[in-house]
Amino acid sequence: MNLAANPLGIWAIYRNEMLRSLRTLFQSLVAPVITTSLYFVVFGGAIGSRVSKIGGVGYGEFIVPGLVMLTILTQSVSNGSIGIYFPKFTGSIYELLSAPMSAAEAVTAYVGAAATKSVVIGLVIMATSTLFVDLRIAHPFWMAAFLVLTSVAFSLFGFLVGVWARNFEQLNVVPTLLLTPLTFLGGTFYSIDMLPPFWRAVSLFNPVVYLISGFRWSFFGIGDVPVAASLGFALAFIAVCLGTLAWMFKTGYRLKP
Amino acid sequence: MSPVISIKDLSKVYSSGFKALDRVSLDVAKGEIFALLGPNGAGKTTLISIVCGTVSKTSGTVLVGGDDNVSAWRRARTRIGLVPQEISLDIFSTVANCVRFSRGLFGKPVDAGFLEGLLKDLSLWDKRAARVVELSGGMKRRVMIAKALSHEPEILFLDEPTAGVDVNLRRDMWALVRRLRDRGVTIVLTTHYLEEAEEMADRVGVVDKGRLLLVEDKASLMRRLGKRRLTVTLAEPLPALPAALDGAPAPRLDDGGRKLALEFDAGEGGGAMAALLGRLDRAGIAYVDLETGNSSLEDIFVGLVGEGTR
Ligand SMILES: Nc1ncnc2c1ncn2[C@@H]1O[C@H](COP(=O)(O)OP(=O)(O)OP(=O)(O)O)[C@@H](O)[C@H]1O
Ligand SMILES: [Mg+2]
Repeated sequence: MNLAANPLGIWAIYRNEMLRSLRTLFQSLVAPVITTSLYFVVFGGAIGSRVSKIGGVGYGEFIVPGLVMLTILTQSVSNGSIGIYFPKFTGSIYELLSAPMSAAEAVTAYVGAAATKSVVIGLVIMATSTLFVDLRIAHPFWMAAFLVLTSVAFSLFGFLVGVWARNFEQLNVVPTLLLTPLTFLGGTFYSIDMLPPFWRAVSLFNPVVYLISGFRWSFFGIGDVPVAASLGFALAFIAVCLGTLAWMFKTGYRLKP
Repeated sequence: MSPVISIKDLSKVYSSGFKALDRVSLDVAKGEIFALLGPNGAGKTTLISIVCGTVSKTSGTVLVGGDDNVSAWRRARTRIGLVPQEISLDIFSTVANCVRFSRGLFGKPVDAGFLEGLLKDLSLWDKRAARVVELSGGMKRRVMIAKALSHEPEILFLDEPTAGVDVNLRRDMWALVRRLRDRGVTIVLTTHYLEEAEEMADRVGVVDKGRLLLVEDKASLMRRLGKRRLTVTLAEPLPALPAALDGAPAPRLDDGGRKLALEFDAGEGGGAMAALLGRLDRAGIAYVDLETGNSSLEDIFVGLVGEGTR
């Protein structure tokens, strides 16, 4: 498959998706900022003041990477899924299907746009957090790498959900039934070291633990799992999503009658 | 001339098990206006959708400009613009953005001059900054056409272009189709109406129940199938057809003797009607109303299927 055969097509979708986001700038950016601020007030301020330092990091700071991950996971899945689900729903997908665009090109454009939006939101949340805590970033390069990888991975996953979903209910079922529990149990608000050994072992089956841990490591130099495992997991997740998508497009799965 | 679209033995079975197309073969010549005529559910949209790549085929081959639309899909698709039957647009986008997006999807760089010309052609220029949600249904349909033409396709598919369209827009649309044809664009359209096919097309293909029943030059199709009907409402009902009205072409007594119906070939002109009215006058039979119309598509299908079994 030749990825660059229709670069203008990729750009057209990317631009269109970004314009769509700009139309909903308020709910895209302001809403996450408000939610995160509330988390800081409640967890960082009210509860955090009674929690001792974790690995030498104050609780307010400790939850920053988790909160960023929590938001970009949710946002990536929702943006990645709606980008493709909406044309499917309105029927305007006919245009994409009839255009000289390969599946890889379409995925690049849609997922690229969703991931861009997530990265921006992540940065905005980090900026917001500096209003509440003193943020240190030990490994800026790896911080950026985890931010981008996670955004891409979950935008891809969202895209899959969008292709799979036949109605709005199915579109919402994955984020609410799968993603929310996984992120809350993924160490957003605690280190899995704080759990009893049994639950600690169970947590190691939660993929989100790896992402949050790796991201937290890039800030503070400490993590629940080795950073290589985090990186490997993010890459493996992307590979699985890409493989599934390739199969879906090859068979015209739920896109073409 | 080599055909710009060449369809061979194309069949489609939907996942529901329904066979929507049954070994359809069809060639469309470059620069012609081709009408697919058929009743609801005949398979017209399915046929068009497979050529355009929005529905996958079950078997057979489709060549567009000589390129197989599956193995050489990129080149095949670049040539095609599609206006689907249903209006489906990103309603929050502006008209100009919608059209610009479509052009981009087909790999063409932005061309402000072309865009302006296109939007003016379709009377959309004043609305270029309006969001689609603010447009009337007819304008939305024009936006759909503008999108399909945005990448300057060689072939334009119009799936029921006149459904829900008023007289003005219909006239504009036909004028546009003729202008496009003059520029060498091939046009394939679908319709339920014989008159529409008659008005627009160079050739007509009749589809029913997934089969292409015949493909014919418009003129010969009209000669063969186009029947007209004259209905005369009588002042007084007649118990039986008077001898004075007998003789070819003979009318039929209808509606309990209150009406006379005469069928004649469309190609014949007004001769048959004048003859009947003359005979009515001479026999002193008074009438209160006259009505002419075309024989319906259903009549035609009955005729075709009849021919096939004969
Ligand atoms: N996705 C689908 N799954 C199953 N059956 C389908 C599907 N799409 C169309 N059909 C069936 O295939 C047949 C042909 O449909 P198609 O839309 O091609 O007809 P058409 O000639 O365009 O009709 P109309 O004039 O009403 O638009 C119909 O019986 C329809 O119910
Ligand atoms: Mg149709």
